Amino acid sequence: MYRLSIFLLLFGIWIIFSGLFDAFHTTLGLISAAFVTLISSEFFFADRSAGVGARIQQIIRLPIYLLWMLYQILLSNIHILKLALSPGDLEEVEPSLIRVKTNLKTDFGKWMLANSITLTPGTITIDIEGDELLIHSISKATSAGVEDDSMERKIAAIFERENS
Amino acid sequence: MIVDTICIVLVSLGLLFFVGGAVGVIRFPDFYTRMHAAGKGDTMSVFLVLVGLAVYQLGDFSLGNALVAGKILFITVFIMWASPTSTHALIRAGLEEGQKVWTRDDKKEESEK
Repeated sequence: MYRLSIFLLLFGIWIIFSGLFDAFHTTLGLISAAFVTLISSEFFFADRSAGVGARIQQIIRLPIYLLWMLYQILLSNIHILKLALSPGDLEEVEPSLIRVKTNLKTDFGKWMLANSITLTPGTITIDIEGDELLIHSISKATSAGVEDDSMERKIAAIFERENS
Repeated sequence: MIVDTICIVLVSLGLLFFVGGAVGVIRFPDFYTRMHAAGKGDTMSVFLVLVGLAVYQLGDFSLGNALVAGKILFITVFIMWASPTSTHALIRAGLEEGQKVWTRDDKKEESEK
């Protein structure tokens, strides 16, 4: 059942991407979707304890987070642009290494947080050690952005609702 | 006409961010700060340019063009997935290799010498 749903998902993606519906291309799609399902279906959802309903709820909440993320990326890109084009001695550039504790428990949640921090310019996640993130930040303004935990709370609301 | 205008505005904004990233790579003081400019000025600019192209595709609406626009949007999603990962890998390699982190104080010492 699980494998069948993965197969249908992959085949659906093939249909959307190929845009060709003749026998040759559809057969190719069937073969490759079946092959990928055979060798790697176990990896798609390593933790299958959350039911289908919970997954669908996550999928609905995710785009809202991504839109908020996009807005953050825009803000901090403007910040980097200003830094790069500021005249003189780059007075505002004050790099520092900071450690931030996170309350997220799942690996996926931590990965999401680390990627989000890296995506917002001005901060890069260097390492995750247990529940601490090591972050390189380019200026005082961006350091303040990381220490604010609104991003973490948003991720927790999407992926770890049942845990909290 | 309106579609063309939106497309041009988006692509130009994207190019502006690209310029910001390129200038940053040259001007910032050390490896880490340069990675900030190189790795991530790109996310927004690639996003803007590709969305601009998707809008251009949708201007002449048909099923085929909508498919192409959809694929372009998928590319943006994949880039937003891959870019932070590669940035993280590079900067971590730098830290393990022992690149020194530049701070304000280094700057003062340099000028005193």
